[in-house]
Amino acid sequence: MIGACHCESCALAGAQGKTSGKPAIVAIVGPPNSGKSTLFNRLTGLRQKVANYPGVTVEHRVGKTRVARGHEVTLVDLPGIYSLTPCSEDERIAHDVLTGRMPGMPRPDAVIVVLDANLLSRHLTVAAPVLALGLPAMVVLNMADELRERGGHVDVEALAEHLGAPVVLASAARGEGLEPVLAFLDGEIRTGAPRLDRALLNDIPRCRLWAQHLGARTWKPPSPPVWTQRLDRIFLHPVAGPLIFLAVVVAVFQTIFLGARPLMDAVQALINASGEWVGRRVPGEALRSLAVDGVWAGAGSVVVFLPQILLLFLFIGILEDSGYLARAALIADRTMARVGLQGKSFIPLISAYACAVPAILATRTIESRRDRIATILIAPLMTCSARLPVYTLLIAAFIPERPLLGPLLGTRAAALLGLYVLGFLAAIATAGLLKSAILKSERTPFVLELPPYRRPTLRSLGLRLFDRTKIFLTRVGTIILAVSLILWALANLPLEDGSRPPIERSYAGRLGHAVEPVIRPLGFNWKIGVGLITSLAAREVIVSTLGTIYGIEGDAASGSLQESVRKDLTPAAAFALLVFFAFALQCISTIAVVRRETGSWKWPALQFFYMGTLAYTGAWLTYRLASMWGA
Amino acid sequence: MLQLVFTSPARRTPASAARARTLAELTEGEWGILAKINLPEEASRRLMALGFLPGTRIEAGRAAPGGDPRIYRVDGAEIALRAETAACLILEPAGEDARR
Repeated sequence: MIGACHCESCALAGAQGKTSGKPAIVAIVGPPNSGKSTLFNRLTGLRQKVANYPGVTVEHRVGKTRVARGHEVTLVDLPGIYSLTPCSEDERIAHDVLTGRMPGMPRPDAVIVVLDANLLSRHLTVAAPVLALGLPAMVVLNMADELRERGGHVDVEALAEHLGAPVVLASAARGEGLEPVLAFLDGEIRTGAPRLDRALLNDIPRCRLWAQHLGARTWKPPSPPVWTQRLDRIFLHPVAGPLIFLAVVVAVFQTIFLGARPLMDAVQALINASGEWVGRRVPGEALRSLAVDGVWAGAGSVVVFLPQILLLFLFIGILEDSGYLARAALIADRTMARVGLQGKSFIPLISAYACAVPAILATRTIESRRDRIATILIAPLMTCSARLPVYTLLIAAFIPERPLLGPLLGTRAAALLGLYVLGFLAAIATAGLLKSAILKSERTPFVLELPPYRRPTLRSLGLRLFDRTKIFLTRVGTIILAVSLILWALANLPLEDGSRPPIERSYAGRLGHAVEPVIRPLGFNWKIGVGLITSLAAREVIVSTLGTIYGIEGDAASGSLQESVRKDLTPAAAFALLVFFAFALQCISTIAVVRRETGSWKWPALQFFYMGTLAYTGAWLTYRLASMWGA
Repeated sequence: MLQLVFTSPARRTPASAARARTLAELTEGEWGILAKINLPEEASRRLMALGFLPGTRIEAGRAAPGGDPRIYRVDGAEIALRAETAACLILEPAGEDARR
């Protein structure tokens, strides 16, 4: 089935004369955890962007790097692969890009194969089929520093001789040994004809055999990673392991809540000051209101949550880069197995803590379609970062801060943690329901490679935060700003006697009053109703909406958004609102991506109504119980 | 190519001299040589790409808290498998493999 596609690349492989020019597009390929992205980040710095492959919604990174004399090269970071045999979507993409069969993507002029020098004999299995494709290639043996420290050795020249391609030992994380890579990108290092049999391409056992022989001749394996084994003895200990897992989670939440406070206050002060400054300078009452109530009180009230979101991503980054996340997946696997999900669903679910959209795209690595749809359906129940502003606002307004476990865990952090657990439990229970009813399937094997523990680098963490800031501010500047402006208009129209109406009689007010009967059983008033409608676009929009409404009402000037909410809602209603947001699918992007990925409106519709019902019922129960307890 | 072997992961027969052991029977520190993979083609190809090839030496490492999944060492890399999967990986008969 795959054999047919190679004829075309054979012909292209013959066109080696093309390499006399300088390469314009270079692909970076290698197994997972070999440091491809580190090398890519090192070479491109901030000049990169996330893109989707045309036709398939798998994200990839493209960046430019300037090598000598103004020559620019476009680098493409391919997904990590274990072989070029198209088993999963990732491998199919890598294969298609390298053979020039990816529509809308020109075939790369050259390829950099990144391998972990510490796992050389195993990683050469990936190098073999890539080199056999016949593109000019350089092999980068990454993590040379670790190899040195663990007493391993590679005969680079012998390896280059065997491969027919230049080989360099480098450390992308430390920026060592990268000069030859730049020279290669500049077209200064020519590669000879590949010496590999094309028959290696699809034959995994032969690839392995070849790699093992070559590894044995040119590579002295490093001693086992002592530290990883020591740490695993602690982190995977039957008793200490789960306790540490729990402690890590608690620490993350406590820091997100308390650690971000000073920064958030600073951002708030900045926004208040700039809002006043703008208010004084904008002429005309209507324009001033648009700027102050629409833009500053609306979109500005969401910007305050940037520090918190960055802190969350800093933690996810540290856990992922250090290798702990893979251990956490291992600890969590039994729970996943119990509801019939495979371990592979765990990674998309973890990334759903950031945002459901990339999580849904990440399910493409799951081969079983039923498992994949089940994972897609439960992903939006995981607490995404768009819920964080809503949670923080309501928790800070209604839950007094008291220590629960001494200074380790306060009531607010505990409440936040509780909401995350609530979402997770709902996801797990839903998965169990789906897998036992409409999406039964055979279990597929769970395979998880555990990278050694590594110290996360500031550079990689910094880049993650930079990326996240860009994404967050783009969201604020587009969807949140747009909804804020529309809402401002709705709250100021229709004009009564040439001036704006009391907010209750505005279009926004009427809309809110129209839905009020439906949401009254949950304890919500018409203002929350408006917020629930606008937050169908994106969850955090409810914060900007309330900012605008309270701003126009006029009491926002006297106090913060937090105080206005506290005056406007009973605690029982606030708890109900929290539960509503934990369950409801208020996100246009998620609905769109589920439609695209599942190929039908059936699944997003089912998901929307299921989550809506869960949200309404959950909020109603919460309101009833909390009212009974006198909250 | 497609091997349809129905083995119940839950059923574990004690290792006898006549019967080859499976990977799932190894405890921490033990190792064996892989003989064959009793899984559908798709799944066994995936495992082979990760290094689980017939003839390869595989060493059992730590298990997750609760005993499942377990980490296996295959030429320098650590890969976790669930017991149900490891039970489908058949080892060369005892005698050719060694303890410790």
